[in-house]
Amino acid sequence: MDINTNLVENFIAIMPEVLMAVLALAVVYLDLYLPPTQRRTIGYVAGIGMLAIAALALFIPTPSDFNEQLMWGGTIRNDDLAKIFRVTVILIGGLTCFMGMGDNRLRYKSEFYTILIIATIGASLLSAASDIIMLFVALETMSISLYILSGFVRLPQFPTPEEKRFANLSAESGVKYFLFGSFTSAFLLYGLSLLYGFSGGYTNLYEIGPGLVGGEHPTAPIIVALGLVAVGFGFKVSAVPFHFWTPDVYEGSPTPVTSFISVASKAASFAVLTRFMLAVFPPEQLLPEGIQSISYSEWWVQLFAIAAVLTMTIGNLLALVQTNFKRLIAYSSIAQAGYTLIGLVAIATGNNAGDGAAAVAFYMVIYAFTNTLLFGCLILFTNQTGSEMIADMAGLSRRNPWLALGLTVALLSLAGIPPAAGFFGKFLLFRAAVDANLTWLAVVGVLNSIVALYYYLVVIKVMYVDRSAEDNLPIPIAVPYNFVLAATAVFVILLGVLPALVVNLATEAGADLFFLP
Amino acid sequence: METQFAGILTAILGAPIVGAMIILLLDEKARDQVRWIAAFATGISLALGLLVFFTYNIDDGQDAASLHNDANLYVRESGTLRPALVEEVNGELVRITDENGLPLDRADLTELTERPSFNNVEIVYSGPIKFQFVDRIPWIGELGISYQLGVDGLTAAMVMLTGLASFAGVLISWSIEERPREFFAFFLLLTAGVYGVFLATDIFLMFFFYELAIFPMYLLIAGWGWVELREYASMKLTLYILIGSVIALVGVLVLYFAAGSFFRDNPELIPATSSGAYSFDFNHLYQAAQLGAYDQAGYLSSLGIDGLTIARFWFPFVFIGFGVLAGLFPFHNWSPDGHVAAPTAVSMIHAGVLMKLGAYAALRFGVQLMPDGARTHLPWIIFLALVNVVMGAFIAFRQRDFKYVIGFSSVSHMGLVSMGFATMNVTGMTGAGLQMFSHGVMTALFFSCVGMVYDRAHTRDLPSLGGFIKKMPIVGVAFILGGFVSMGMPGLSGFVAEFPILIGVWKGIPAEVLDKATTPLTGELANYYAYVVMTAVLGIILTAAYVLRVTAQVFFGEFDAEKYPEVEQRPLLIQDRVALLLLSFWLIIVGVQPQILTNLIENAVIPVADLLKYS
Repeated sequence: MDINTNLVENFIAIMPEVLMAVLALAVVYLDLYLPPTQRRTIGYVAGIGMLAIAALALFIPTPSDFNEQLMWGGTIRNDDLAKIFRVTVILIGGLTCFMGMGDNRLRYKSEFYTILIIATIGASLLSAASDIIMLFVALETMSISLYILSGFVRLPQFPTPEEKRFANLSAESGVKYFLFGSFTSAFLLYGLSLLYGFSGGYTNLYEIGPGLVGGEHPTAPIIVALGLVAVGFGFKVSAVPFHFWTPDVYEGSPTPVTSFISVASKAASFAVLTRFMLAVFPPEQLLPEGIQSISYSEWWVQLFAIAAVLTMTIGNLLALVQTNFKRLIAYSSIAQAGYTLIGLVAIATGNNAGDGAAAVAFYMVIYAFTNTLLFGCLILFTNQTGSEMIADMAGLSRRNPWLALGLTVALLSLAGIPPAAGFFGKFLLFRAAVDANLTWLAVVGVLNSIVALYYYLVVIKVMYVDRSAEDNLPIPIAVPYNFVLAATAVFVILLGVLPALVVNLATEAGADLFFLP
Repeated sequence: METQFAGILTAILGAPIVGAMIILLLDEKARDQVRWIAAFATGISLALGLLVFFTYNIDDGQDAASLHNDANLYVRESGTLRPALVEEVNGELVRITDENGLPLDRADLTELTERPSFNNVEIVYSGPIKFQFVDRIPWIGELGISYQLGVDGLTAAMVMLTGLASFAGVLISWSIEERPREFFAFFLLLTAGVYGVFLATDIFLMFFFYELAIFPMYLLIAGWGWVELREYASMKLTLYILIGSVIALVGVLVLYFAAGSFFRDNPELIPATSSGAYSFDFNHLYQAAQLGAYDQAGYLSSLGIDGLTIARFWFPFVFIGFGVLAGLFPFHNWSPDGHVAAPTAVSMIHAGVLMKLGAYAALRFGVQLMPDGARTHLPWIIFLALVNVVMGAFIAFRQRDFKYVIGFSSVSHMGLVSMGFATMNVTGMTGAGLQMFSHGVMTALFFSCVGMVYDRAHTRDLPSLGGFIKKMPIVGVAFILGGFVSMGMPGLSGFVAEFPILIGVWKGIPAEVLDKATTPLTGELANYYAYVVMTAVLGIILTAAYVLRVTAQVFFGEFDAEKYPEVEQRPLLIQDRVALLLLSFWLIIVGVQPQILTNLIENAVIPVADLLKYS
């Protein structure tokens, strides 16, 4: 296997990560030198810096030849899939910085921005990783940062009962996230080391695949390795049955962090999951001539098909009974992961190779923006009311119609109602499933989206129809929130009406994974 | 794909959307401006809809797949299709040759409209539906999705109906004081969604608008409906309608891929208007249906069911999936609750237009895309429609609530529409199309009358109402007119609609369709059509009974002025009168001059009948 040894191209490829590292240091530096009155600048520097880096990442050229795409000794693959996910996670990182500026507990803490940027570096590298060592290092960079952020809220000196409750919840969620996460990381690591051995000592994903089938091993141990890896990734994307941490961590973490966990960490994990499964356990058409009869892809297709059904169904059913908005979104995001898994399952058997991957990529992009919009609106609501309960959102459309509209757009997008982008995202996923002769899975998916519509509509109803005693207390939207929310809302609608903006790139990325021209 | 843009249909669709945007940007206190903008937006759409209705070119749309038009002919020999050519001889005689000019059969034809049959080869026709006023712009080229609008005879009538119901709905809602800005904005979005479904000729676009209409409809009912029932009914209605449509969506996706792989394997058959093998263009999938792309045996053979084809498996899901919205038994349950809970204007749109939208979509995406599925399944679906007709009428007869009577009468009347489709002959299907229009206007009129009475009486309990014709003569007359239409009185639109349906059922399934049917069940069930029509008449008698009962209870008898003081205090607005007049006018005009509608609808229905006979 050849790799790209052109030093300039190699450096350009990781430019976003390098710049983010510099930005992280700059934030620490600013914290030391700025007087306390100007602390607010830190958030702007971090946020605008990240957005600029995202814009840069969008224009980094991706070579069209596979061997040219493998860089840094084959540890990353700089292709269109990587580009889509990297731009998305960095953008989300930037938006999360702005969201952090609206949270009193995070606003003036430069550590928050620094750790967030480091987590984004991990997520960004994870999206491009094509080597098991890079994969694991990137995953842990992201995860460990997120464990810290999740438990970030500290007890103030003279806490009110409310603050005490939030601090306790945050600490609990940090510890829970850490324990679950490190436990499943161990599984992942064990699985990766087995694959390393079975493949004959390869670490590059694209060498492990042929190595596994070429080694004439019995099937059982390889399936065990597959299962172990699936545990690790299943935790990251919060697939059932590894979802138990999700509601608690979502509820306990400070909301900007929840947003980041629910979006960037999930998106990057789906990116690497797509790449990993196709490379390490490739379907027949991706295997070299002569050894196509031993394809392990059917195993993970079946495994993830079952996981998709369970994840969608359990996520949606449990969401039905939630009264706390953050927990509702936690279960909803479990269900969303289930829909995305449909696309993943459809990758291997699709008649139009690459459509499944394109659907996953598109869905993750729109999901990222939708959830950011949702949590952004929630932060404003919580700041004003101190509550995260659905019932307390009564009359929100009277208190601030734009905030209610933003939440409505986000909820409709999650529910898959046009003109929000979620409609097209779901459409692509179900389309990919039908194409892959998994019509039954598409049927399960659409029925689930009906169940989901119920609880999304209930929230919208509470905002628009129900009345509360505080109807006439307006909720202000401060700078820079208005820009962030307006931009994400417009983006969600825009991608729903003109999905071709991303779909074309996503389709190319999907075709790239199959080495199609 | 070539871009075409006539613009008029886009304007019909765009006017309510633009109106909604403007209204949302207005100040909350600008109540009167909001109302006028809403009336203006729906008025523009109505005017343009009338323009389309009256300038629709009847000669140009008919019978797309006959020898007259530029249909493509193929010969099927041992499973493969070869192109064939038509030659006219002496301007009359027609000879069919293969691509080398060799005659396929000696039979020369004198009758141009008939399709010849040959002994040695099978002739396959394929041609698009000739939509008019087409707007077509590529949208998502990768997936074969385009922004495409167009009308045929049936949708031209439906667009006009939507215009009537939405314009009248805005006028009726003039006195809404509870957040009119939001109400009218959502109402206009709902209207735009409905227009979009009727106008879209790209299936993705059609689903886009279908789902787009769901959310404003939900909020309108949940937010402005009858307080006691609205939350329950709005959610029930939304979920019912969506379940049906999303399953139909999966079915359509299956067809899309079947057509795509069919055309990929036979690239020479790809229609000239399509951008590639995979396309959501309706005509693309329609021509694939004519060429037999969905009739290849062996679908789901892993389940151990022999002889299943895509068309035969998916037809009931698509037809009944959309049939849910048309109130087809046993999925009609959402409709009375939904109509009762909804505010008046939304009931009008809902019963008047949305139920037709379900019937229309069932016809277009069920019957027209899967003719073989229709031949297999419609003969039993007619019994569901029969239950609708009779049971709906019985239940309507037993109601105490004024609005529930009308709600169940819709279930009953919509059963006749499904029944008309199930006849699979031109008479019955034309009647179904007429019934869609007639019932749409009639039920909109009914609901506006109910709304006006309820607004002033604050009760819909039939026994406690009485004598309203003395105080509200216009409403009383309009209601009685609607009642006559509902009973099928000659000279009114109800008669010209229901009579052909019953005749159509009596005639039964045409012999050619029976010949083409692939399962023996079709022929056996066809024998029962006569019993169906005899039972259905019972429903019509019951209709007369409940209409007369309601009229007597509400409008005649003693009026209690102390109990209902508001009737005197709040006279009808001029807007209310205009709305009633507008709707009544169409009921009479269609009854007296049915040709203005029948010509158009036959225009759309004859290709369907031909399709069922020949493809």
